[in-house]
Amino acid sequence: MVHLSWYLTVSAMLFCIGMFGFLTRRNIIMMLLCIELMLNSVNLNLAAMSHYMEDIRGQVLVFFIIAVAAAEAAIGLGIVVTLFRNYHSVHTEDITKLKG
Amino acid sequence: MVTGFSLPIIAPLGPEIFLAVIGCAVILADIIWKEQRYVVPVVSMAGAAAALIMVTKASGISFNGMYTVDAFSAFFKIVCLLGLMFAILMSLRHLDIMGVQRVGEYYSLMIFSCVGMMIMASATDLIVLYLGLELMALSVYCLVGLLKTDPRASEAAVKYLLLGAFSSCLLLFGMSYLYGTTGTTDMAAISKAMAAGKLTANPAFMMGLGLVVIAFCFKVAAAPFHMWTPDAYEGAMTPVTAYMSVGPKAAGFAALGRVLMEAFPNAHSEWVTAMIILAFLTMAIGNITALCQTSIKRMLAYSSIAHAGYALIGFLPGTAEGASATMNYLFMYLFMNMGAFAVIILLQYKCLVGEALEDYKGLAKTHPVAAGLMLVFMFSLTGIPPTAGFIGKFNIFMAALHAGYTWIVIFAVLFSAISAYFYLRVVMLMYMYEPEREMEIAPSGALSAVLAIALTGVILLGCYPNGILSYASKAIMGH
Repeated sequence: MVHLSWYLTVSAMLFCIGMFGFLTRRNIIMMLLCIELMLNSVNLNLAAMSHYMEDIRGQVLVFFIIAVAAAEAAIGLGIVVTLFRNYHSVHTEDITKLKG
Repeated sequence: MVTGFSLPIIAPLGPEIFLAVIGCAVILADIIWKEQRYVVPVVSMAGAAAALIMVTKASGISFNGMYTVDAFSAFFKIVCLLGLMFAILMSLRHLDIMGVQRVGEYYSLMIFSCVGMMIMASATDLIVLYLGLELMALSVYCLVGLLKTDPRASEAAVKYLLLGAFSSCLLLFGMSYLYGTTGTTDMAAISKAMAAGKLTANPAFMMGLGLVVIAFCFKVAAAPFHMWTPDAYEGAMTPVTAYMSVGPKAAGFAALGRVLMEAFPNAHSEWVTAMIILAFLTMAIGNITALCQTSIKRMLAYSSIAHAGYALIGFLPGTAEGASATMNYLFMYLFMNMGAFAVIILLQYKCLVGEALEDYKGLAKTHPVAAGLMLVFMFSLTGIPPTAGFIGKFNIFMAALHAGYTWIVIFAVLFSAISAYFYLRVVMLMYMYEPEREMEIAPSGALSAVLAIALTGVILLGCYPNGILSYASKAIMGH
């Protein structure tokens, strides 16, 4: 049997990889992918805990997170499309009209 | 054995459901009455007003204790709905000036984000809290990026979206650990499990608590998690900025207050140190960075960060007095901030005019009424009596002093003295300089109504604050 702590370790590693990627990548699409990675690490966490505790709430939250993540990705990519039309780039270093 | 299945009682959710229906109806109305541009705002406004009346009547607990409609949530819902109504009134003329074609999606996004805020204010379960938060946030990302051809708007939207989504991930990761250590997502049950299991010694639980608090600090724009605020505020259309500075912030404080006071009252000694540091940093960064801004929207963005710092102080004592002081403060902030943004919109006759501080030079000579109104709102934001801003700050500082947090109050007063420099600089530019160019203004009936209500609110709340003060403390006691 796979112990709970193994799942938690994998999920914590995934979350850290996602966070590291989000903070170091300069391509907005890669940053959005890193956010998906972090969200899925949470899903793994919740599903494992839910199974371990024999409680359904965690799995319910997983479904909600999947749905919201899809909406977030749709809106995020939509905004990236408008951004690309205006700047012809999706790299954060090219997008610097607002500062102060 | 199969037990009877009964639908949850949805009566307490009346205002939210009604407003969501209005949000959909607005899109339809926009398609049906393409030519009449005033149908959509009138429907939205009427819907918001009706929801406001319903909020004052609704009460109860629904969905197995996941959704609580009490006086505490009603107070924040009123703030959010008033913010929505102000924003709708401000948008009427401004959307024409900015050349927005489809107004249906604009108003409907505003309404949906307000529904999200109301859900956040009532959520007593982490799942509901997350859903309300995302409904609010996703709608506001779209609102910020609504001007698709404006590079500044898409830049603001993408920055807001990335950091908002990042903070949601932190929130969820924190929640997953809270769930794992307590076995529940219900706030009251988390509090019980904490007391029973002495969970403050459990590092996994404390990490969960820390991540949840950090995520809410992102949402209320507390330093050092405020980086998105100035860009998002500057790039968005001014009515959206005004709305963002009041609605999502109030909802964030409602959720933060609920989480801290309902789920983690037993960990008060653990979170209070972090909150003191956050409040201090927020006031320091907000007030000091605002000093060197040249755009008034950016200046007000940093000012809203600073005000989040003052509002956080109210939560420090963990008492009813402190929480009701924060609630009052947010209510008063609604009027003064909406008023200040309404003056900016008044000056935005042509797209970007009125955004730079330079544009305010000599305004008192060309448009004395607009300058006079701005003067009152700037005094109120500084916290000069007899305006609402003074009463709000005074109550927060008194509550913190009663609980013994003397040092943070001393710093808050110092920072508020620093803030006088940048608020009164606007007044100085308006009254002590000669006008450099002809300024046209874009008055409209709706905008005048906003200005009149905001002015009345600022003065009345400043002179006769007892009504609102007792209402907020009742809201806490009933809670």
